[in-house]
Amino acid sequence: MRTTITVNGTAQTLDVDPRTTLLDALREHLGLTGSKKGCDHGQCGACTVLVNGVRINSCLSILAMHDGDQVTTIEGLGQPGALHPVQQAFLERDALQCGYCTPGQICSTVGMLQEAADGWASRETADLTAGISLTDAEIRERMSGNICRCSAYPQILAAIRDLAGEPA
Amino acid sequence: MTSVADWAEPNPVTENRSGVIGKGVDRYEGALKVSGTAPYAYDTVAPSPPAIGVLVTASIPRGRVTSVDVAAAEAAPGVQLVWSHLNAPKQAPRGARANPRSQRASNPALASDRVEYFGQTIAFVVADTFENARAAADLVKVEYAPEPAVVDFLASFDQATLPPDEEDVHIGDFPGAYGAAPVTIDETYFSPLQNHVQMEPCATVAWWEGDKVTVHTSIQMVKGGQHALAETLAIPSTDVHLLTRYIGGGFGGKGQPYDDLILSALAARALGRPVKVAYTRQQMFHGTIHRPAVSMRVRLGAEPNGRLTAFAVEAVTHCARAATFTEHAANFSRNLYAAPNRLTGHRLVRMDLPHAGPMRAPGEAPGMLSLECAMDELAEKLGLDPIELRIRNEPDIDPETGKPFSIRQLVRCMTEGAQRFGWERRNPVPGQVRDGRWMVGMGMAAAIRGNFLLPAKAGVRIDADGTITLRQGMTDIGTGTYTILAQITAETMGVPLSQVKVEIGDSDFPPAPGSGGQFGAATAGSAAFEAGMNLRRALTELAVGDPNSPLYGGPAEYVTFENGVIAIENRSETLAALVARAAPDGVYVEGSIAPAADARDYSQHTYGAHFAEVGVNMVTGEVRMRKMFGVFAAGRILNAKTAKSQITGGMIWGVGTALTESNAVDPRFGSFVAQDMAEYLAPVHADIVDLDAMFLDEADDKANPMGIKGVGELGIAGAGAAIANAIYNATGVRLRDYPMTPDKVLAGLMAKGL
Ligand code: FES
Ligand code: FES
Repeated sequence: MRTTITVNGTAQTLDVDPRTTLLDALREHLGLTGSKKGCDHGQCGACTVLVNGVRINSCLSILAMHDGDQVTTIEGLGQPGALHPVQQAFLERDALQCGYCTPGQICSTVGMLQEAADGWASRETADLTAGISLTDAEIRERMSGNICRCSAYPQILAAIRDLAGEPA
Repeated sequence: MTSVADWAEPNPVTENRSGVIGKGVDRYEGALKVSGTAPYAYDTVAPSPPAIGVLVTASIPRGRVTSVDVAAAEAAPGVQLVWSHLNAPKQAPRGARANPRSQRASNPALASDRVEYFGQTIAFVVADTFENARAAADLVKVEYAPEPAVVDFLASFDQATLPPDEEDVHIGDFPGAYGAAPVTIDETYFSPLQNHVQMEPCATVAWWEGDKVTVHTSIQMVKGGQHALAETLAIPSTDVHLLTRYIGGGFGGKGQPYDDLILSALAARALGRPVKVAYTRQQMFHGTIHRPAVSMRVRLGAEPNGRLTAFAVEAVTHCARAATFTEHAANFSRNLYAAPNRLTGHRLVRMDLPHAGPMRAPGEAPGMLSLECAMDELAEKLGLDPIELRIRNEPDIDPETGKPFSIRQLVRCMTEGAQRFGWERRNPVPGQVRDGRWMVGMGMAAAIRGNFLLPAKAGVRIDADGTITLRQGMTDIGTGTYTILAQITAETMGVPLSQVKVEIGDSDFPPAPGSGGQFGAATAGSAAFEAGMNLRRALTELAVGDPNSPLYGGPAEYVTFENGVIAIENRSETLAALVARAAPDGVYVEGSIAPAADARDYSQHTYGAHFAEVGVNMVTGEVRMRKMFGVFAAGRILNAKTAKSQITGGMIWGVGTALTESNAVDPRFGSFVAQDMAEYLAPVHADIVDLDAMFLDEADDKANPMGIKGVGELGIAGAGAAIANAIYNATGVRLRDYPMTPDKVLAGLMAKGL
């Protein structure tokens, strides 16, 4: 089955088994192994990528659903020597240990910061009419789809705080 | 043999002239990890496209496989092979060790028709794609002759026996002293079965070149994995090249080889092409080890002034029927508090469950959940502050062995922590503080975890451009091994960090025992340090013996290494210049470390104190942590940043232990009820609020030449008990059954009429 997607700015046409998930397409067919498989069931967030700027669990999505979509993976955010600001903040704050959840955490952070900027509410948002103030509780809640078994949560919060600035 | 006295001499690391030791430098491999370019095992690019293997697992706990119908699977698209015990390649029998020096014995897969636990691999399918392999695996039809299985731990205590080669430890007269004690506690605590849930499932990519197999796998012990595969395949270990460069979490659960390693190697040989195999998340729960449940009875007898006179910690735990693993949940208590009359020991129930094994701080992690609550209960009975009770029972020498402590800063951890946490805000009367619907309370607990040094080697080379490369068959499971090895090498050689490369996770490199028991940094790091010292000697010899060197003629004992320069006072040259001229092919040396002859003359541990504040919802029984702070004493800290990450990570495991993490056994199938990350509740980000830690200044000169100790496991030891004690302080409800989920809390609140 043929699907055309743009990954990290490059158009790609794949002709693969229709059962192929977006995650496996990226990893097995495009060699982009930065996105990780922690559960394959949408429970851990290690496979998080940005599709048309929105974060999703790529293991829960079939490649064929993404014809014409723009996908950004961890590799597309930045590379050693030219890291994305979120990658740099994670590095400096030691917001990783084993690093296996990290690509997902970082893609999720990029998506989350945009969601907040766009005024998307979360369970922690008290006032739905005011803009989003990224309190610590907001950040924790919004990042809770990304499990870190090494439990780098305090450091992840610090990294995101560096980027988000102090809450309004 | 060395003595600890030799280690007390100043050396480049303890002098720390360039200050790189202890500094919170960024993780060595951090840029690779944050950019998704660090290749974990399953990410490895094989020489040609690999076929994909999928495991098929048993759905009964005990019995025999009577038939395996593979016809449909074999006929499915893309399938290349289907194996069961009927046609799997011959492997050495389980436990065989053709080479007596092998660190691990044969561990065959699909070896017989016997099923010993739910989730055991019973068939294996390889196809051209993951989708085809997974679909075909579903087509394998297996029939069983089930046999009665023992899977209910709490109902099987009558089958508990002494673990092999183990006796209870009796000191003084416990029964007499306990009977005579004016104040006593006798309570039993339960900690449930837990799973490691490393983010990266076990995985291997394997291929052959002639008689040699290369495996990229996710394992904490390089030599253990190499030897296990060699023994299983009955080939020399020199024919196994094992690589494990980046590991997505281990926590003890990847200390041994699993079927992905064996079956990928066998299938790659059979098919003549690379094969890769990963466990699914669900398969990880049964197919790899877990922390067993532990029931712990604690009896304390004390004088009215708080002095313990009688002390007993007895643990009952379980392991797989054919195995011998014991969760030594009482061991830690042998070194913690003074009491003249003591009893400690373990009982083991053999069950038809998957294999129990080590998980982050085996022994301490479940064990401290009992005693550190019992001390809280005793403190309340005596009307003493829990810190004061512990101070009154602080031993001068090891309470069991009578040996001196190498260094022990437990009291300082507690007092410093109390001050920084604001312990004086705690109302000692439970159930007094409210915040709306939340009952608020504080608790504390002590932490202790042993410190170990194992034999290890390391190699270090300097090239003509001055680059220094440290090589070791060591692993980094997220612990920061790469980083601390780079720091040790840089400081030992007096070069900037940018001049140092670290290469680990390769069975061709000088062996180190791997990551486990929080011995990694001390063990691998000390070998790296010794290798560096040997390189200093080699370069000194080179310089003073080279007529073209400004250092020619010595004296060798005045040679210094600083800023990449080798010097004798004002005569100097760069290391790069020296090597380029005098040894253009580079200089390579090795170094090794072994425990000192007299190391065991000291009682040696890491210590800490946890402080926790929780809120308990009066309506739902939900417990939320509000704040947690820990103070730790763990020798010289090599990297402030990565050490803190390790210790706070451990503390968060303690939060999970106290509040959410457990697995139950379904008695019908001998399976675990939680088989994925939605059911097994490891802490998520929203669960962790305001958690921080600090280290006391310390150097333990009895530990190793650098005075360092481990930090990977200390953080979990006692952490859950601090939360449990905070729940009691908040509510007046004493729970002894972990984790403290809303159903249990609510039942306690209702029983109190709240
Ligand atoms: S791998 Fe996709 S959410 Fe876990
Ligand atoms: S860094 Fe290991 S799981 Fe997050």
